[in-house]
Amino acid sequence: MSEMLNVQECVVSDTIAVDVGSTYYRELNNRLYELVQQGYKRFQLQNVLGQRYLGTSLQKAIDMDIHGVPGNDLGAFMDGPRINVLGNAQDGCGNTMNSGSIVIHGHAGDVLGLSMRGGEIFVQGNVGYRVGIHMKEYGDTRPLIVIGGTAQHFLGEYMAGGTLVVFGMNLEADQPHPSRYVGTGMHGGAIYLRGEIDDTFLGKEVGIVPLNEADTALIRQCAARYANYFDADLNEILDRPFIKLVPLTKRPYGQLYAY
Amino acid sequence: MSWLMQENAYGDDKVFDACGLIGFIDTDGKPHGGDGIVAGLVAMKERGNGLGAGYAVYGLYPEFESHYAFHVMCKSENARQKLDVYLRSHFAVVHDEPIPTRFVQDILDPPVVWRYFMLPHRAELGGREEEDYIVHQVMLIHSTIPDVFVVSCGKNMGVFKGVGHPEQIAEFYRIEDYSGYMWTSHNRFPTNTPGWWGGAHPFGLLDWTVVHNGEISSYGINRRYTEMYGYRCDMRTDTEVITYAADLLMRRHKLPMELAARVFAAPLWQEIEHVSDDDKKLYTALRQTYGPLLLNGPFTIIVARNGEMMGLSDRVRLRPMVAASSGSILYVSSELAAIHVINPNLDNVWIPEGGEPVIGRLGIAPAPSKPLSLQRKPAQKELAHV
Repeated sequence: MSEMLNVQECVVSDTIAVDVGSTYYRELNNRLYELVQQGYKRFQLQNVLGQRYLGTSLQKAIDMDIHGVPGNDLGAFMDGPRINVLGNAQDGCGNTMNSGSIVIHGHAGDVLGLSMRGGEIFVQGNVGYRVGIHMKEYGDTRPLIVIGGTAQHFLGEYMAGGTLVVFGMNLEADQPHPSRYVGTGMHGGAIYLRGEIDDTFLGKEVGIVPLNEADTALIRQCAARYANYFDADLNEILDRPFIKLVPLTKRPYGQLYAY
Repeated sequence: MSWLMQENAYGDDKVFDACGLIGFIDTDGKPHGGDGIVAGLVAMKERGNGLGAGYAVYGLYPEFESHYAFHVMCKSENARQKLDVYLRSHFAVVHDEPIPTRFVQDILDPPVVWRYFMLPHRAELGGREEEDYIVHQVMLIHSTIPDVFVVSCGKNMGVFKGVGHPEQIAEFYRIEDYSGYMWTSHNRFPTNTPGWWGGAHPFGLLDWTVVHNGEISSYGINRRYTEMYGYRCDMRTDTEVITYAADLLMRRHKLPMELAARVFAAPLWQEIEHVSDDDKKLYTALRQTYGPLLLNGPFTIIVARNGEMMGLSDRVRLRPMVAASSGSILYVSSELAAIHVINPNLDNVWIPEGGEPVIGRLGIAPAPSKPLSLQRKPAQKELAHV
């Protein structure tokens, strides 16, 4: 099968290594789907160059390491796989993701975790615009995004549920988060920021509230896992205070079209 | 009736857009062959739909570096001969030839493509700047000679574009045969105007080229403003008006790219409130003077002319842009993977903010761009140690 698909593959113990190169994303994803159906559970993708929708169709708890630059919509609609990116990710990562995890050892682009419904995304570095836009939660299914660096603007825009944590490990000692318009239109979920933020540019729909015990426990857990994934210093993460942003109302635009 | 209006041969209707663009400048001026930029653009094939692709290259014609290089496309040989007569009566043509092309299976009805190297007749200038005369002539040609289109008309540069996928257009024009220190390129997914040969990007006027992903909702006011300065927006695309605005702001009004960026993607008024006092005066004056050249709506553009290149996205970044550098080379692209295809050994990779220009210039080593500098105060409340 593989020779027809222009995909270079080899099996090392229980891991399938795939040299992706310029393979078209549909071919690649179809081939990965076949391999998962055959029972393979561990994948190493080498030399990935912008292939889209990786992990989307693989609805099993497989493990996949990605070397190179995965394309847009990495893990879109993903349900189960654990993806580890050893490099930077592009835009739309975790789009409407349902379960599983994505760990990015680098930065990620715009709209990370857009409309995310469940599962987890950890990013070592910075992220682009509108991260967590319209994330949502239902019952016990609550998506989580943890960012080690800082986020560009409109973080948590129209956020309806789930949890966003931003450590800002790259900030100077008394430098506030540079993100503007955080939580614009937010009506559910919570955003935790390590350090401070200038409320001049905070979204109009959010307020800053004190942390309770459950918040503290959650942050400690996220920090421990971040430290574990990226070999970071847990004490350094916890040596600055956190703030919590929550929506002021569940229906910020309830009156928008009503007179 | 203009060529554009006669047909919509490719039968396209309004579709969702996701054009792809990528460009680079080697600030040491070292020439690079066309293979790299083609491979990078092809890696973003998914962003286009085969209704337009193109390449601009600078440092292209060192043997004619002081002559205006007109790349023209004509619907028929008959139309080209009419253009030929016109050009020879208004310019001193030192050399002309067909642009070499290949037969490509899926490229339908390609136009006749030709290049002229020429200078305006001194007597015709009538006191005008040479560049103003060229602009005037290009506008006249587009509005009076049927079935011809001036693709680019700058010195030591050229644009190669048409209807097809990036690899088809590259094959058609033999892009691998060319080299230059700066390249920009575009893969089109047309939205509001038809996919036709002239409508592909890069858009060119003099040595300006613009590639663009997005749609400019301020097109009407931008067009009326540039028309006051003698530009004719006949192609009905928003990219055309950006090209003319670039020429007006940076050639005629001599603004540097740094300030043109603050016109195209002006900081929001509430952000201007928080910049330094000097910047407040500057940005306010720019918005007051050039309000009609504010580009509203989603866009990412690469604007280039001899010696410099700028990547810019709209102020709330509704279209993607990533930048990277490797030694003396600065890259700007819609997707990072496309840069990796050209060069996997990058020193710096960064995602600029919306409205933050990424500028590369000959002779100046690339450095990461900086976001708008705002004076901020921390909120200082509800802080809790975990």
